[in-house]
Amino acid sequence: MDDEVVVEINADADLVAARAEARALATRLGFSRTDATLIATAISEISRNIVVHVGKGRLVMRPLYEDHRYGLVVVASDDGPGIRDVEAALAEGNAARGGLGLGLPGARRLMDEFHVKCGSERGTTVTMTKWRMRDELERLRERRDGKNA
Amino acid sequence: MTKEETQLSEPPMQAPAADISLLHELVDYLRQNRTELREEWVRRITDAQLLRVMTPEEIFSEVTAVYDNYVDALETGSIETLQAYARDLSERIIPRGVETHEVLGIVLLLRDVLARSLFVNYQHDADLLGRILDSYEPAANRIAVTVGVSFVDERERVIREQQEAIRELSTPVLQVRDRLLILPIIGMLDAQRARQLTEQLLGAIQANRARVVVIDVTGVAAIDGGVANHLVQTVEAARLMGASAIITGLSSKTAQTLVDLGVDLAMMKTVGDLQGGLEEAERFLDHRTDGTEVTGNGQQS
Amino acid sequence: MSVAILRQRDYLIASIQTDLTDSEILAFRDELADRVGERRARAVIVDVTALDVIDSFLARSLRSLAITARLRGAETVIVGIQPDVAIAMAHFDLNLAPLRTALDLDEALAVLDRLRTEATNG
Repeated sequence: MDDEVVVEINADADLVAARAEARALATRLGFSRTDATLIATAISEISRNIVVHVGKGRLVMRPLYEDHRYGLVVVASDDGPGIRDVEAALAEGNAARGGLGLGLPGARRLMDEFHVKCGSERGTTVTMTKWRMRDELERLRERRDGKNA
Repeated sequence: MTKEETQLSEPPMQAPAADISLLHELVDYLRQNRTELREEWVRRITDAQLLRVMTPEEIFSEVTAVYDNYVDALETGSIETLQAYARDLSERIIPRGVETHEVLGIVLLLRDVLARSLFVNYQHDADLLGRILDSYEPAANRIAVTVGVSFVDERERVIREQQEAIRELSTPVLQVRDRLLILPIIGMLDAQRARQLTEQLLGAIQANRARVVVIDVTGVAAIDGGVANHLVQTVEAARLMGASAIITGLSSKTAQTLVDLGVDLAMMKTVGDLQGGLEEAERFLDHRTDGTEVTGNGQQS
Repeated sequence: MSVAILRQRDYLIASIQTDLTDSEILAFRDELADRVGERRARAVIVDVTALDVIDSFLARSLRSLAITARLRGAETVIVGIQPDVAIAMAHFDLNLAPLRTALDLDEALAVLDRLRTEATNG
């Protein structure tokens, strides 16, 4: 699939790459500088979650093209023991105050859509999406370029 | 960034090898007859009543440049120089009020003038004429598209700039004295506008090295939980950049509503009205007791 | 070198030039904390102008530095947080005290000077 970006998360050095890839893809999709930063930050939180709690996982980032908006979807998956209590993990106040926290609430606030799914036996998948609206000008341009391509 | 890649540079304009010599012959012909072909073109432009905003001298000057670029593009097969020229031309003529149909019109007229001239010149040899046209047509069409698209791109760039300018104007961040900014917010606040305001405010903090910002919401149509959240975030972001924020114009009724909604108003320093807020800000600047100690609830200490 | 640490008067000024890994962040924090103690620095200024992401981990690490520095009698000021980064950080629910922030180095020095004056007069 074109434009899909995969980052293997195995160590804290991978977070640097994850942040950079996220920003690059967001920028390619036309997200504003601020939104690209929000996305990169959310990815950082999610990836750290994987490294700290499971040790190994992967990020798959994909663009979504709709007529009135473009989106960037991030699917972070690991094969760990799963989050025993997803509710608690997502509860505000769990992140950051004292210890390491799970980073999920922060990421959720930064993105527009956010879902956590735990596998039946093990494994966790976090899917988060950020959207940007496309204005009239951009849609006209795409129609024109589409005809010319 | 779009689904399909748009590449103006392909397909290449160069014809197969056998026709390269034809192309050279064509280009030489166009160069030798430059004067009269250009004049014919200007006549056609005037007859079609295009480029009326330009003087005859200007038309002639641009026409010459386009003609020469056109022939060069035919010869080299490269449209980069032409593209650059077309963008430059567009930048100059758009503010004058030249419209898209005019630009396309004149390029197509040139194409016609040259094509007819080829017909006249090679009419004695139908086969040669056919091959010359085979060489000429795809190249000429490519050029028309290039110029048209460059013009349209430039127009869109200008429209976008104008949109930006309007947005900026509609929410001014005012500097009233050194280190003090006011952001009066008026009207409806949706998520997009709120984000824009925040970005503008933070940019202004950076540009003006502001230490205090007064955000007046007296004119905001409806302050709900969402708007309040944006305000809270803006205040926090300003503090991270070293500026204290004062919110003014929050009626006690609205404040109560927000508290009921669970918004933590301790996050913001609020004053009843703008005047009071400004006085508070001045006091703060004149007697600053500290830097901006950033706590989770944004209180100054 | 991704972090440069300089000394100006009795202040330490550290500038983060590139995106750091978590281990590098902790090493940086610990090194600065040590230096504060060694040199009896009165303040640490951390310049993050070059960073285009500051996530909760870095924020908490900087806060932890500020707490340690305080215990050793030094203030900690972060300078150069970019607008988009500030917006992102505002989404977290962080209590960063006693960490301070200022727009740039000059502002940080002004703040620190004011604090010194007050401490002397107070």
